[in-house]
Amino acid sequence: MRKKQNNIFFGIDPTLIVLYLVLVFFGWMNIYAASSGENSLEMFDFETRHGKQMLWILMSFGWILLLLFFDAKTYEKFASLLYVFSLLSLMGLFVFGKKINGATSWYDFGNFSLQPSEFAKFATAIALAKLLNDRQYDLKLVKNQIKAFVIILLPALLISVQPDPGSALVYCSFLFVLHREGLPIPFISIGMTAVVLFLLTLAFGFQTVLLGTYILLTLFLSYLSYHKKISLKFRWRKIAGIYAILGLFLFSVNSIYNDVFEQRHRDRFNILLGKTTDTKGVGYNTNQSVLTVKSGGFSGKGYLQGDRTQGKFVPEQDTDYIFSTVGEEWGFVGAGLLVVVFAVFVLRIIYLAERQKTTFSRVYGYGIAAVFFFHYFINIGMVIGLFPTIGIPLPFLSYGGSSLWGFTILLFLFVKLDASRSFEL
Amino acid sequence: MFFILLTTFVFLGKLFFLQVVETSNQNEVLKSSAVKKVFDYPERGYVFDRKGALLVTNKKSYTLKIIPDEVQSIDTLEFCQLLGIDKASFIKRYEKAKRWSPRLPSVFLANLSKEDFAPLQEKLYKYPGFYVEKKSLRYYPIKSAANVLGYVNEVNDETARKNPYYQAGEQIGTTGVEKQYETLLRGKKGSKYLQRNRFNKIIGSFKEGLFDTLPVAGKDLTLTLDIELQQYGETLMTGKRGGIVVLEPSSGEILSLVTMPTYNPNLMVGRLRSKYASLFFNDRIEKPMFDRSLLAQYAPGSPFKMVQGLVALQEKVIHPNNTFYCHKGYQYGSKKKDFMACHCDRYNRPIKIREGIAKSCNSFFANAYRKTIEKYPNAQEGMNAWSKHVQSFGLGNYLGYDLPQGKKGLIPDAAFYNRWYPNNRWRATYTISNAIGQGQILTTPIQLANMTAAIANRGHFYTPHILKKIDDKAIDDPAFTEARYTSIDSEHFEPVIEGMHDVYKTGTAKHLRLASIEICGKTGTAENFRRVNGQKIQFEDHSIFVAFAPKKNPKIALAVYIENGGFGSNIAAPIASLMIEKYLTGKTTQKRWEQKMLQTDLSETYNRQLNAHP
Repeated sequence: MRKKQNNIFFGIDPTLIVLYLVLVFFGWMNIYAASSGENSLEMFDFETRHGKQMLWILMSFGWILLLLFFDAKTYEKFASLLYVFSLLSLMGLFVFGKKINGATSWYDFGNFSLQPSEFAKFATAIALAKLLNDRQYDLKLVKNQIKAFVIILLPALLISVQPDPGSALVYCSFLFVLHREGLPIPFISIGMTAVVLFLLTLAFGFQTVLLGTYILLTLFLSYLSYHKKISLKFRWRKIAGIYAILGLFLFSVNSIYNDVFEQRHRDRFNILLGKTTDTKGVGYNTNQSVLTVKSGGFSGKGYLQGDRTQGKFVPEQDTDYIFSTVGEEWGFVGAGLLVVVFAVFVLRIIYLAERQKTTFSRVYGYGIAAVFFFHYFINIGMVIGLFPTIGIPLPFLSYGGSSLWGFTILLFLFVKLDASRSFEL
Repeated sequence: MFFILLTTFVFLGKLFFLQVVETSNQNEVLKSSAVKKVFDYPERGYVFDRKGALLVTNKKSYTLKIIPDEVQSIDTLEFCQLLGIDKASFIKRYEKAKRWSPRLPSVFLANLSKEDFAPLQEKLYKYPGFYVEKKSLRYYPIKSAANVLGYVNEVNDETARKNPYYQAGEQIGTTGVEKQYETLLRGKKGSKYLQRNRFNKIIGSFKEGLFDTLPVAGKDLTLTLDIELQQYGETLMTGKRGGIVVLEPSSGEILSLVTMPTYNPNLMVGRLRSKYASLFFNDRIEKPMFDRSLLAQYAPGSPFKMVQGLVALQEKVIHPNNTFYCHKGYQYGSKKKDFMACHCDRYNRPIKIREGIAKSCNSFFANAYRKTIEKYPNAQEGMNAWSKHVQSFGLGNYLGYDLPQGKKGLIPDAAFYNRWYPNNRWRATYTISNAIGQGQILTTPIQLANMTAAIANRGHFYTPHILKKIDDKAIDDPAFTEARYTSIDSEHFEPVIEGMHDVYKTGTAKHLRLASIEICGKTGTAENFRRVNGQKIQFEDHSIFVAFAPKKNPKIALAVYIENGGFGSNIAAPIASLMIEKYLTGKTTQKRWEQKMLQTDLSETYNRQLNAHP
């Protein structure tokens, strides 16, 4: 039985709303800290970064109202259309795009510019949800796997040629969703193994890793044959194939690293792996942000008291490196709390996704949980020096209208879906 | 789920490690790259002489600096006119500064004098991006007493490392009063903490000046020096090498401290300094940086006889009326060569101590010395008793005056001779030369002047010092204001002082007698050997004279030392007399001697030594 609800706020999850508001306003406070210092301290001067961000925040409330206004079913209906539209907007960049920081990922509208890749995440999530919503859909079939991959990889491909590999990498997070929806384990484990082996090879050299993995593989196979009584005799083709692919993969690591990667990527890896120490050139960002976080100490220097923030030592400190300001001014207490808030936020989404009654809502929930997680995982990891520099924003905190809107839409569509679940069968 | 929790813990762990384990404390924050510490230097204190004449002051030097990014469109023509440079030069300097850094200040024009800078000063506001840095340099209005005043130098890395107050490149007193009273003169620098951005550009004060400190001004010093007397002494010493030390016996104040050759103190300042410093320090012949009044050590010769006489009187081995006979010398051993010659022309007549001093009789003091030592059961004890008396005059050790240079001199004791003679087999006669200020005795001119002051005071002296007042407040350091007593009772001094007075009446300085002032003095001549190519050659004797005046209630005591000046009465004595008269009466009646002293030039003697061949 369905009952028409006139109140658009009915049934929305208060926890998510509170967390959202906390993150957005905490973010704005830090943007204010990071962009003030030298210039005007006017709160709502729209010429300043924090002034503009306030405008974006107010306008994102408009988006929220709009999203909550439409019926949840509408989104499922128009999912394909949205997806196609966002693909078109990504392609349009090649014609109308504006180049900022070396990447053609912006539409310029005079006073402000929009980054369609931020909206493409939402479109992809919703498209994937629609695809998997089909009850007959079985991810064990190769045909279906390919379909899902295409949906994920198309926008990723378009974004990576902008080039904005950081944002493209975000789409990897959808693999987790597929896993939840029954994608066989080997897909993920093989992918993870490949990444680990890739890094190991870079760190310890081709021969060591090759020898190591062959020994491990051989031990594993002997274990299988003697203890599990699995005869290897009739599978020698497969076994030889495994050895050969492993060898080839490891062999190709160096050439991929040297020929496919650009120098800036190589530099980032080298610094992270400790192969080079560079605090002035390529390693400047990471070094400065780690120093800034470090200088915060246990309780931080206090809001608006961060001398390194005011000195603008960390580049992009109000966008990708906003976490360094948090670390400096709020210390371990504030930064740690923020990490916990993010974890709670994502866990809450997963929890809500699990209780969804439709596959569509569940897949979408998992999709955005993965996206949010991936973002803060990579971003904070980068700021505190655990990962190489990958330029993606910290959800809700980083300065930027497109990313704020993108994340807001991403979240509130789910809030709407969640709120409507009780009226669906 | 598991992955999210794992991530959370890894992040928290890393944050904890960064922010709690490896964190930096407040001090490190002040030293961090976001904070710049700049110092606020107070003006260095002035130095005056005892009559208030300004000796050391500060001169401003201006450096015009530029921050290219802040320069706006300006009237280049007027700017160039004000500075007296042409436009091409302006553009060149601007481009150079911009190449180095557009955001950081760099020097546009350095070392402008006040006159050069004055035209620009009031119009500087019209030229954003340009600003001026004032630097203070030491300036010496009276080109005299360089050895006393000293100079300031840039702090080198080593000093900066040892002394946390200083940073390399700051100013520090290196010699003389500048060094001795560095902490008073410099004051205390203040510090400001400034916030800077990633381009190193200053963007305001750090925490609104919470950690800033104010500078404390340097103190003005008044010296005991009489600069007129000092200059007069330097003039009289023209063409000679040596030193003059003039003290006020009643206070121990140093009235003059002349060393020759010397240098113009203004040459050790500013841009020309490195050139002149290497010139002065590398001059191994004239040694203008060697303060002969404090550092030259030599055998005092005859002036020591007064002390020897006093020791014998105190030990009661002689009496003022006791007499000795002089046989053109003194036979102290059985061998013919054990003979000390004497030129007192009082041969074979009884000689009392007063005559002994007036005529400088070697025989008399050899007798007195021997009796002093032999009064004791063995030579060691006698020697130590003698040594103790002599050292009570401030000889044989650092005097304790407030200048950073000095030498101990040497007054031997029993231990000293025990090292010389194995098995401690030595007797009074082995060391008989000590009686007449030769032998192993070494003194510096300031020690001799102080010894003379002790005699003038009849048995006590005040440690010589150069500082009179700090910011118009008289010093009260007991080291300088309390008398130090010699081990000689004051009743023994009269015959000795009479003898010194006779030097001017009938003795070696009678040609310098003054009608108005009763001077007591004593000539001395120190033999001067030098080893050239392995052979010992005797050069002209060093000329010495000590004196004090007036006899009653002495106001001045001095020692004059002239390298290779010949007999004490030739050069040292006239200079001493002229100085005394100048100080006590303010004028000179002995114009003839003054003229003669000014014309005396020993450079030929010095050159001969330099080219000496055996």
